[in-house]
Parts: sequence; structure tokens; C-alpha cells
Amino acid sequence: MSIWASASEDGRALTINIEGRFDFSAHQDFRESYEKTEQDPDEYCVDMKETTYLDSSALGMLLLLRDHAGGDTANIKIINCNNDVKKILTISNFEQLFSIN
Amino acid sequence: MTESLKILVADDNATDRLILCTILKKQGHEVVQATNGQEAVDLFTECRPHLVLLDAIMPELDGFEAARLIKCLAGEELIPIIFLTSLTDATSLASCLDAGGDDFLSKPYNNVILDAKIHAFQRMRQMHQTLQQQRDQIAQNNTYLLEEQRVAKAVFDNVAHAGCLKATNLKFLLSPLAVFNGDVLLAAYKPSGGMHILLGDFTGHGLPAAIGAMPLAEIFYGMSAKGFGIKDILREINLKLKAILPVNVFCCAGMADINFKKQSLTVWLGGLPDCYLIRTNGEMEIFESKHLPIGVLSSKGFDDTCVEVQMGLGDRFYLWSDGIHEARNEEAEMYGEERLKNLFLNNTDLDCLFDTINDDVTHYFDRVGRDDDITMLEFMMIDSELVHADQIELEMGAVSGPTDWSMTYQLGPATLRDFNPLPLLLHLLMEVPGLRPHSGTLYTVLAELYSNALEHGVMGLDSNLKADPNGFVEYYKLREDGLSRLKDGWVKFTFEHLPMDSGGRLRFHVEDSGIGFLYDNEAISSSSDDASLHGRGIQLLKTLCQKIEYFGKGNEVEAYFDWQREA
Repeated sequence: MSIWASASEDGRALTINIEGRFDFSAHQDFRESYEKTEQDPDEYCVDMKETTYLDSSALGMLLLLRDHAGGDTANIKIINCNNDVKKILTISNFEQLFSIN
Repeated sequence: MTESLKILVADDNATDRLILCTILKKQGHEVVQATNGQEAVDLFTECRPHLVLLDAIMPELDGFEAARLIKCLAGEELIPIIFLTSLTDATSLASCLDAGGDDFLSKPYNNVILDAKIHAFQRMRQMHQTLQQQRDQIAQNNTYLLEEQRVAKAVFDNVAHAGCLKATNLKFLLSPLAVFNGDVLLAAYKPSGGMHILLGDFTGHGLPAAIGAMPLAEIFYGMSAKGFGIKDILREINLKLKAILPVNVFCCAGMADINFKKQSLTVWLGGLPDCYLIRTNGEMEIFESKHLPIGVLSSKGFDDTCVEVQMGLGDRFYLWSDGIHEARNEEAEMYGEERLKNLFLNNTDLDCLFDTINDDVTHYFDRVGRDDDITMLEFMMIDSELVHADQIELEMGAVSGPTDWSMTYQLGPATLRDFNPLPLLLHLLMEVPGLRPHSGTLYTVLAELYSNALEHGVMGLDSNLKADPNGFVEYYKLREDGLSRLKDGWVKFTFEHLPMDSGGRLRFHVEDSGIGFLYDNEAISSSSDDASLHGRGIQLLKTLCQKIEYFGKGNEVEAYFDWQREA
């Protein structure tokens, strides 16, 4: 599992990439990826292209990110989910909170 | 600076012993001397040295045997033993270590090497001590943790087992320590004879999961016993969990409300895998989770929309957490939804289906030797006659309550100014067993009667004002102003409840200090649309109550509300 984040040039968008299993062991890294930005981005993008699996604690971490990004006003996209990941997000009806592509 | 150690030296050769002791004392250590193996063992017991230097060949008891005995006596403590030997062949040196020695030192002694070795072993001793202390600490912590879990579980069981999971039409699987893996399973009879079931799966494990389970169970049982509906209960649980749990902890849950008389099932699913209903003819229906888990959204955003489905006798409904789907075999492959679905499609005997699922999943990961982490509930629809009424009464406890009573409650100006009596009055009414499902209607009735008495009666506001939009704003401004300056006036409620067959009759009598109005009871009781009724919500009251009647100069009104216990 590894997590890295990259900000757009103007710092307004932050993309977080998650590689491997996204579970409780990613807790620290995931938090740091969005807490260590120089300026607060307007939009976040969680790229799950390399994510093989996520569990319910990962869902909890996504909620933490959402809270950090302003709760109901947060602008967060989750992209490139594989079928397993998408299934878990769908069962939990997270498309009501995040824009999932 | 070298730490001073107590060192036991055993050598039958007096000269060698003297040389070694002199070196050691010079280095600042305390020395205990033995002249043979037996003496070394005896002195070890007596003096408990930190380090032992043993000559290999000695009378009485040789060094090898002494080393074994000393290691044995030392127990868990690490007492390094260094053999002193003039032997040089590999086999002899190896046998020193085989006998329990930690190292050897060749004669004649070399100061520098001796000092270095003592240091090295001192470090090892300290490391060993640290490890042992940490191990003991961990063991102790674990003992405490298990004890805490035992107590917490006992408390939780007292809360959770208030229910009817043992009912004959339910089958369930729940790990004995499920509360610590975040799974909750609850079932309760409703005062009306129906049943509520709930399966919850909290994110995370251990204490955070257990903490959320407590209020969940409390609310579920408390509100079910008082006759609250599924939506009210879900809303309350959501509100509570949202308030107390950290953002990243929530509860995937499914709740169902069962009505045995109507043979219906009302289901709400949030964040659980698809749940199945299977009918006696083998037909299957699949229920998807339409909602976010409980504890994620605020009350405003929470969606309590349920799905209602008609069941037949013997039809079964299954709820489960993702434990089944995610059970892994030795190849780390998940059990998955397809396998589960196939069990349903290929099943020929509904009575065995539950056990079939259990066996199949357990068998799937049994070879890996994993703990049972599956939570599953089967509900079977049965005839309402089979739901034992006595059992319900026994478990509900709250079925008895005030049924024949009356009360008068009069509010003076100071109270009218800044107290809303409606929640209090409603609460009082809700103590009547079985009345709870009518709370929405009763609140409306109370609210209409009260605002009529206060606004038109006590304050004398003209309802015609509300006829146009501007007047509406004006009306509420007047109301606010009037209320803040209210000096005199009163409203008097008289409530009376009488039990009737499978329900009861509530009589509301409301009197106010106002001048009354010109009323026409005949017009009120007929269906005619009389102008005098406008603005007083009487049309609304008419549809909710059995009878509305005004008295005196129009400052007294009486409404009857007849109700039936919910099926």
C-alpha cells in the first residue's frame, strides 16, 4: 500500500493516489496526504486506479476527508474505481456524498 | 564507567582463580569465589550473581553440569555463563556452549577481551530484562483488556438481550464476542404484537464499535417497547450515532418492521450487502441498500424511506453483514455474492437453508482456521396467532400503563408567554399504552386546539387577517408582539382517557379566557363549508377527530378522538 498526493499548479486541486489495499493501515498516510497541503484546495480527487480493495475503515477515512474538505460543501471526486471497489462504494451509497466515476 | 556487577568465579586452580579475581576486582566488580562445581551452584543460590565464570574441568561437579544446574536455577532471568578453559579443540569449546554456556574465554586471560565480554553480556542482560518487563506488561494489559471486555460484554448483553432473538421464527448467527467485532443483532416485539429486527455492522473493531452498539440497542429496545415506528427509531438512532461517534465511524445497518396481521415486512437498508427474501415456492426477491449507513448524515439529510413487501406464511427474509461475502479461503479468495445466491437458487428445503448457508461458509474458510466472524439473521413469517401474546406482554413490561384517567392543566399569562406546552402534553398522552402510533395525529390536534385558544381566544387575533399573504405576515407579527406583552389571560386543558375495546377514547376540552366567537355546531358537524369555520383549523380537526363541539360563548371546545390499537 502506498499513498501519494499531488497538487495542481495553482494549488486549487489535490489528487490523492492510493495503491494497493486501502484499509486501516493506510490511516496515517491518507490523512497526511491532505493535511500537509500548503493551501486548502477547492477540489479533491481520489484516484483509485491502483487501488485493489477497500474496507469499511477506508470508507470512514473518506468521510474524514469529506469533513476536512468542508462536509456538505466538500467537492470530492473518486475516480478510476475497479469493480470490487465500486461495488463497496455503491453498497454504502457513497455516491450520495461523493462524485464517483 | 563500568557498572559494578556481582560475578561468581569457579575454578579449582587457586592461581588461575586469584589472577581472574584480581583482574575483576580491579575493574570494579564484586567477586564471589568457588573452588568446585557444587560450591558454585550453592553460592549461586546464596548470592545470586549477575554473571558466572566457570572452569570447565573441576572436581565434585564439573563446569558443564554446574552450568546446567545454574541455568535451571536462574529460571527466566538471564545469567550469562562464560566458560574458562585451556581446552582449544573445537569439540570441547562447542560442548561448553551446548551445556548452556553463553561464551568461553581461553586461558591465559586477556584483560581487554575479558572486559569486553563482560560488557557485552551486561548489555545482553539489560536487553533481556527490558524484554521481560515489556512482555509482563503486555501480558498484564491483555489480562486487563480481557477483563474489561468481559465486563463490557456482560453490560452489553443485559442491554441487548432484552429482546426476542430466541423467538421460534428467528434463526441467527452471531460470534460470542461480536460486540467487539462491531456486529449487533437486535429483535423486539412491538406493543402491537409485531416485531422489529435490526442488524448492524460498525466500522472498526474493539471498543469504538462496542461503544456505538450500546446507545443503538438502548434506543432500539426503548423505542420499540414504547410503540415508536421504524422511521422514528431509525431517525433517533441516526441522530444519536451522528452526535457521539467520530466522523469515520458509522454503522451499516438493516432494520425491518414486521406486521404479522397484515403479513407485511417493511425494510430499511443502509450500507449492507443485498438482502434476500425467499418465498415458499422458491421465488427470490433481492433488496438493495438504498441509503447511506447510520451515523453519516445529519437528521436533515437522513432518508427514512422504507420498502414494504407482502410476505406469505413460511416466506423467509435474510439479513447479513459483509462477513459472509468477505470470508476468505486459503487462497485469500472471497466467498462472494454469487456463491451465496447460488445456495438460494439451488435450495430445495427452506427449513434447512439457514444451516446450509452456515455450513457452506464455515466449510469455505474452515481450512484456514479463521474465527467465526459471520453475522446473519433469518426471519420467517408466521401466523399472528402463533406470536404468543403472553410472551409479548412479559417481554414488553411497558404494556400496562395509564388507561383511565383525566387531568386539568391551566396555563397563566407568564407561562403562555414563553412556554410551549405541546411536547409535555403529548408526552403525557404517549404514556397510554398503544397510543404511540397516533402521536403525529394527536400532535396536530393539540396544536390546532392550542393555537385557536391562544391566538383567537386569549389574544383575540382575527383569523380573517390570514386570508392574504400580507395579512399573514401581519398576523404573525401581531401574535409575536401580543405574546411578549401578555399580562393576563389563561388556557385550560382538560383531558380524559377511557379504555375501549382494543383502543380507547380521548376527550379534549379546551377553554380560554377570550370572548369567544359566533359558532354553529350544526354546521360544524355537517359537512357544509361554513364561512365561520375558516381560519380556525376546524376543517382539519374534523378530519382527525370523531366529534368537535363548541360551548358557551365559543371559548370552550370539545374534541373526541377514538383510537384502535395498531394491528
